[in-house]
Order: sequence, then structure tokens, then C-alpha cells
Amino acid sequence: MTNESPSAAPVRFRGGQSRGMIERSLSSFVSGLEHALFAEEVAKKNGLLQRLDPRIKILAGLPLIVASALSRKLWVIAALLALAIVMAFLSRVPLRMLAKRVWLGVLGFTGLISIPALFLTPGQELYRLPVPGWAITWQGLSAAAYLIMRAETAATLSILLVLCTPWNSVLKALRVLRLPIVMVVVLGMTYRYIFLLLRTAHDMLAARKSRMVGPLPGPEFRRMATASAGVLMSKSLQLSGDVYLAMRSRGFRGEVYVLDEFQTRWFDWVALAFFSCVTALAVWFGR
Amino acid sequence: MSVPVFEVCDVSFSYREVTALDGLNLAIEPGQRIVLLGANGSGKSTLLSLLDGLCFPGKGSVKFRGEPLTEDRLTGETEFDFRRRVGLVFQNPEVQLFNPTVLDEVAFGPLQLRWPQEQIRLRVDEALEQMRITHLKHRSPHQLSTGEKKRVALASVLILDPEVLLLDEPTAALDPKSESEMIDFLVSCSGGRKTVVTATHDLDLLDDIADLCHVFLQGRIVASGTPAEILRDHELLRRTGLVHAHRHAHATGEIHSHPHRHGHGH
Repeated sequence: MTNESPSAAPVRFRGGQSRGMIERSLSSFVSGLEHALFAEEVAKKNGLLQRLDPRIKILAGLPLIVASALSRKLWVIAALLALAIVMAFLSRVPLRMLAKRVWLGVLGFTGLISIPALFLTPGQELYRLPVPGWAITWQGLSAAAYLIMRAETAATLSILLVLCTPWNSVLKALRVLRLPIVMVVVLGMTYRYIFLLLRTAHDMLAARKSRMVGPLPGPEFRRMATASAGVLMSKSLQLSGDVYLAMRSRGFRGEVYVLDEFQTRWFDWVALAFFSCVTALAVWFGR
Repeated sequence: MSVPVFEVCDVSFSYREVTALDGLNLAIEPGQRIVLLGANGSGKSTLLSLLDGLCFPGKGSVKFRGEPLTEDRLTGETEFDFRRRVGLVFQNPEVQLFNPTVLDEVAFGPLQLRWPQEQIRLRVDEALEQMRITHLKHRSPHQLSTGEKKRVALASVLILDPEVLLLDEPTAALDPKSESEMIDFLVSCSGGRKTVVTATHDLDLLDDIADLCHVFLQGRIVASGTPAEILRDHELLRRTGLVHAHRHAHATGEIHSHPHRHGHGH
């Protein structure tokens, strides 16, 4: 602690960081919550995919993702991507959000790892860089394009699957893939309590920040961070014990049962037939 | 004479070194509305956990309907039957709402008791309607206000239609509207159909929800009586931390103090 007045003393840590670790953590927590809330809002919209039985979405979506990843024809992958974009539009998923959160991210990541392929794949030279004189080949460009298109298509289809279905329904629907029921319940509870944990961590850091003035020396900051993590862990353990008692109180004895709440209508079967045909065509033409 | 719902005989309970209950004796008759009064840490919540068979006394005994409530006996069909007949609403609703949606939460108890799915759906709708939270059916608990969480927690217990309802600080941290709705519900429990045991330090509730009050101090019952009898005894309330001397100044400059009790929200 120093004698600086609070108004003149922004929270800073050694190492020239303009924004402290606490601010960054708080910002990350808020961003995480915002992201989850946004996903829940999209899942509630009255769009094409939102109306489908989640089990049908899983059964139809996963083979489509695999088909896009295995296809050897660029136009087939492009067609699947186009289909995904049409589905996003009909499901009222903002395309701008898709571009920002999915396409740009995937492009940045896969673009980076596909750069070596441009130069290292042997074949017909397309362009030679003036410095340092490396040649880009048609074959290299094609390999990079395949990688990026496959990743973009698979990511778009996956995100549509998750965005257009409440997360707990996605988990329950995974039972059609023979996921053990206990796993479904544990994942559901994890999803439920991650928000409580985020809020608790957020409140703890905000409370600490409100009582801090002046720069915090490195060792003290590390001590504070480990102490906070310890307190959070302790609170989590206490909560898990209490939750177990609350479960026992309502009859839980180690076996898990869930309510079957999905209903498959004619519309779902039509959708399954349509997506199965598209998958079959993608596999056939993409050989 | 009917068999008491609960008989607590010379019960002591400790959390490691800390004594929570110390030689407690208590009988709860069917249809009674009992309020356990006491400051924080006086042993009210521990007693509710004992009555719900979530922990067991280190000394003494607890009986439910004349049968000992022990860890050995609370298994199989006996536990099923007990869980259906006795419901506990925890003080912190976050503890009780562990499912991803309100629907799953309210259906949890009946599912564990293996009710048919159709019956569960029907009862879920009724319980949500009773607590006026049908519109929250598909919401996640993290999207709810504290008052809504409390009502979901109550619905998740009421769906089993237990004959005994144990409530731990039901009005804690509620805004005035939610508190008023909760009190309305507690008042509706009068008439002897349900036995209701409420742990609280909110003296404003007593007249509405209690037939009999037990006042706790350091793990012991130091007084029992009707709400009117308990509220009249200022010395008892002050000694047990339920009221305190409230010192204030008047416009005339006179400073004096008198007993002051906290209801809620401050």
C-alpha cells in the first residue's frame, strides 16, 4: 500500500501493465456471461433449427459435419457452407455475429497453420515472393483452401447446432448417441453452477478491487491471486456438499433419472430425411 | 392421543469442536405450525437438517412418527417413504436449484421416487401454477431473481405434497413483494393439513405463521410459547439477540433508546 490518494491511484501491477489482472479477469467474466446469455437468446428465437427436436438436430448435424470434413471436392464443401449460411439465416442467427465470432476466428487460426502448405507443397508454381524468393504452388494453395473451407464449414455447422438449441437440451439429446445418463446430468449441473462460480469470482474480485489503492507489488499480487483461488475452491467444496444434501433431501440415492421431454413431429422426420439426403449426396459427390 | 410427527430427545450435535445443539428436547404434533426463533448460529438450521434425516445426532435420538430416525433405518423403501412425507426448503436457493431448468428442478423429486412420467408432468404444472411461476418453466436458475428462486425451491418440494414442510429462513433476502407472497403461502398452510416448521429470526412473521414458537440460544431451547407470549417478553428477545436497544435522537435533541427488532431487509 502507498500513501497515494485513491483518486490519483489507478490499480496497477508491476511490469508496466496498463490494465490490472483484476480488471482483465472481471472483463472476462462479464464477457463469458454475455456470450452465454446471447446464445440463450438465439436458442429462444422462433427459427427453423430452433423448432426441430434436438435429437434430430444431433442425428442430422453430426453426419453433415463429418461429410464436410471428409469431402475431397471443394465445391461440395462450399455447397455445404452455403447450406449452413441459409440455415443460419432461416434460424435468425445474425450473420454478422457468425462472421465475427466464427469465420474470422477460424480463418485466423487455420490460415496460420496452412501458411507452410502454400510453400512446402510441391507442384506448379503460381507466384514467387520477391523476398525471400519462396514459391507458392497451385497445389499448396488448393491444400490451404481445403483446410480453411473444411474448418469454416464444420465450425459453422457445429455452432448452429449449439446456438439454436438450449445447452441443456443439447446435453439431453446426446443420449441418442448412448451417452450415459449420469454424464448428461453431471454436465448439466456443471453448466448450471459455472454461472454461480463466475458470479462469485466476479464479486470477490470486484470487492477486492473496491478496497485497493495504489500499485500492488508482484509477490503481494501473487499471494492475493492464490488466496482468492483458495477461497473460491473452499466455497465450491462447501457448495458441493450442500448440493448433495439437497439432492438427498429429495430422494436422490446415487441413481439418476431425467424427464423425457422431447417430442418428434412430422416436421422433424422431414428435416431428418432432407439432411440425410444432403449428407448422402455430399459423401457421393465428395468422394 | 396422536403420535407426534417428530420427537427430539436429549439431542446434541457438533461440527468438529463447535457445539450446534446441546441436549435439545422437542415434540412436534401433527398439523402444528412451529417457528424456531433464534439469532444466526443458534442451531435452528442444524435442527432442520436432523429432522430431514440429512445428519444424525452424536447424542440423543430423533423419532419420526414414533420410529427412530437413524442412518441405518433410513434406507430403501423407508427412505422413499420418508422423503415423500418430509420436505426441506434450504435457506440458500442456489443449493437447492442444481438442475439446468426449472422444469427439471421441480421434476427431480418425483423422478427419484419413480413416479410415472405422465403423472410427473401433470404435477409439475400444478406445482408451478400453485407458486405462480408457470412462465419460468423452461428458464435456467441463473436467470431468475432471488424471489423466483425461492418459489422454484418451494415448488420443487411441494410437488411431493409432503405432510411435513421444513423451511429454513423462507423470507431471507427477499424483496417486499416476494416476501409478501411467501408469507401468503405460509399463511395458507394453516388449517392443520400440513405440519410446518419454520426457522427464522424475523419476528414480524410470527403472528401470521406460528401456533407455537421455540426460542433458541446456543443450541438450546430457552423458551417456548405462543407468538404473543414470546413477543411480550422483551428481556428474552434481547438476551437471545432477536431485538437490540435502538438508540436515536429526536428533533428536540433528546437521545434515548428502546428495544428494536429487525424484520427483514435491513
